[in-house]
Amino acid sequence: MPSQEKKERILLFVTCLVDNFFPEVGEAAADVISNMGFEVVFPEKQTCCAQPAFNSGYRHDAARVARHFLDVFDLGNEPIVCPSGSCAAMVKNCYSELFRDDPERLEQAERIRSNIYEFSEFVFDRGGLPVSDSGYRGRVTFHDSCHALRELGVRSQPRELLRSLEGVELVEMEMADACCGFGGTFSLKYPEVSASMLGEKTDSILASGADAVVSTDMGCLMNIRGLVSRKKLPLKVFHLAEILASGGER
Amino acid sequence: MITQRVDFRKNSKEALENPKLGKALVNFTDRSRAARGRAVGEVSSWEDFRREAREIKKDVIDNLAGYLVELEKSVTRAGGRVHWAEDSSQAREIILGIARENGVSRVVKSKSMATEEIGLNGYLKENGIETVETDLGEYIVQLSDDHPFHIITPAIHKTKDDISKLFSEKLGVPEYDDPQDLTNVARKRLREKFLSADMGVSGVNFAVAETGTIAIVENEGNARLSTTLPDIHVALMGIEKIVPKFEQLSVFLSLLARSATGQKSSTYVSLITGPRKDGEKDGPGQFHLVFLDNGRSDIAKSRETRESLYCIRCGACINICPVYRQVGGHSYGWVYSGPIGAVITPQLNDLEKTADLPFASSLCGACRDVCPVKIDFPHVLLSLREKAVEKARGGRKATKIPEKLAFFLWGIVFSNPVLYRIAGKILVRLQRFHKKDRELEKLPYPFSKWTAEKNFPAFSGKPFRERWKEKNLTGKGGG
Repeated sequence: MPSQEKKERILLFVTCLVDNFFPEVGEAAADVISNMGFEVVFPEKQTCCAQPAFNSGYRHDAARVARHFLDVFDLGNEPIVCPSGSCAAMVKNCYSELFRDDPERLEQAERIRSNIYEFSEFVFDRGGLPVSDSGYRGRVTFHDSCHALRELGVRSQPRELLRSLEGVELVEMEMADACCGFGGTFSLKYPEVSASMLGEKTDSILASGADAVVSTDMGCLMNIRGLVSRKKLPLKVFHLAEILASGGER
Repeated sequence: MITQRVDFRKNSKEALENPKLGKALVNFTDRSRAARGRAVGEVSSWEDFRREAREIKKDVIDNLAGYLVELEKSVTRAGGRVHWAEDSSQAREIILGIARENGVSRVVKSKSMATEEIGLNGYLKENGIETVETDLGEYIVQLSDDHPFHIITPAIHKTKDDISKLFSEKLGVPEYDDPQDLTNVARKRLREKFLSADMGVSGVNFAVAETGTIAIVENEGNARLSTTLPDIHVALMGIEKIVPKFEQLSVFLSLLARSATGQKSSTYVSLITGPRKDGEKDGPGQFHLVFLDNGRSDIAKSRETRESLYCIRCGACINICPVYRQVGGHSYGWVYSGPIGAVITPQLNDLEKTADLPFASSLCGACRDVCPVKIDFPHVLLSLREKAVEKARGGRKATKIPEKLAFFLWGIVFSNPVLYRIAGKILVRLQRFHKKDRELEKLPYPFSKWTAEKNFPAFSGKPFRERWKEKNLTGKGGG
């Protein structure tokens, strides 16, 4: 690539799940964005968006981690891209509540909220993929992650991206927008209810006739994958970035 | 009032173990979701309706005291009497008092969650007054000594066979197979009760402050009979049920019918303004309206959660909720279930006893999408979770200590990149005892609750941050 050309920078927030459990998803996301012509920067001190504690009611502990997030990512006006709708929504929609009594942090949170993007919305809204074939071949179905859909309003972008690829056939499942039962600590507090919701979700995925399920959030996907591999279901489970980058071959 | 702790996990496990119930729930929620979808799709200005209704409710809750006084004046002007009840026991006593004063021995009731909330039936019975539920679903629930399973459709957990057996056992009729026959049994029984009752008790869907009119919607005609045949009508309303102007009713009636049952309009909409006037032939001689606070004015004071009071009790949030769909209404331990139950029950009861409920949600937000007054359920639930944790911190809840400690340590580690890296490395080492391929099949508590049902991902031997460094693509390197 021409090094003299000044590329627009984006900050990649991979999330703690991707960092520790699914690094290949982070790499795929970085590849896709970098192939679009952006310079991808990974602020190395990043950890987590603070959602686990916030959603569990531990706001004091959540604020500690959220302050760290702000310190790491408040670097200027660069877009922050995150391969998880839930984590992006935490920063976008919950930080202002978390810091409602801390004017300084509140201002920072307000500044950063307009810069944070969920991966698929960023890729689609900034022009889409530069290629029409990622090498992936197969019939996929898309699971809407609740927070991307309902907190960020991301519904069409990931589907459009999948449709733009030759070799990828997108089929809709029944109730694609129904929760998979993850819900963070919900899955530990009420594991039986969570599992029952997940059972419905995997039934619905299988009934669609797809051989792979795709989503934009590793929370949902680790939940779905957990049951798929436990029950040895005939199904592959991918983050959208993996399909877009290299056909899920990683 | 809830006296024992609601154990949502225990309740939900019991519900999940009942396959008949599971099937009934899927059928019911599928049907009501589809019906609502169709009915909402017919209204092009649906979003405008929602916005308008929300604004009206916001105004009502922000100025609740003023509107209540206005409503009281209007009702009094129309010849009715208003009673103020601070809590359940006051409301019960007021209603019993009216009954006693008038020598009432039999009460007919139309469906009202407010009366469930105060436990009216049991109280009147204890005091020697027969109370008969006249909504078919409620009648079934009452005959089987049960509680409503849903605020709109209280008996959806009962199959036709259950009802056939119940009627046969309690009413001495043959075990009918045809639903029409079963309905006729109830109809005949209830008709006798309507004609012999001395007092009718109803709830209130909306109360118009400027005119003193109350609106009651229903599909069976039983509420109209309950409020017109007996000579005394007592209506019990949660104080949030106010609508300021008569003309504003139209938007609420449409939102309610379409959201609740997918109807354009409820079959019966009764608008009642005071008792029978001189020269009128129909209607009761006395009209009493009981204002029930029971914790509502405290909710109105809370900036974060006061929108819980915008609710018009349509049940759309319940019908779309994926948690309710698995576990049904009784798991929530009180009158209200689903998302609205998770939100309202802990605020109308002791939070410590009901602390499970705000957590009984995956925060998926489907409820917010369908709510006719756009209650932001996930954020209200989050606020209640914060309150529940604060309360547990203040109290001496030993069970909460490990969780508290876990989040404290989590906060320390995740706000410090060095500790975060070290912790990752330690966990990678520890997991080798549990690892199989790239997944873990068995983990210690509390993660055992996860691995009981499904695999957990293994920590990657090389996390993203290390891979990135190796590729030498860090920050400055890109140009």
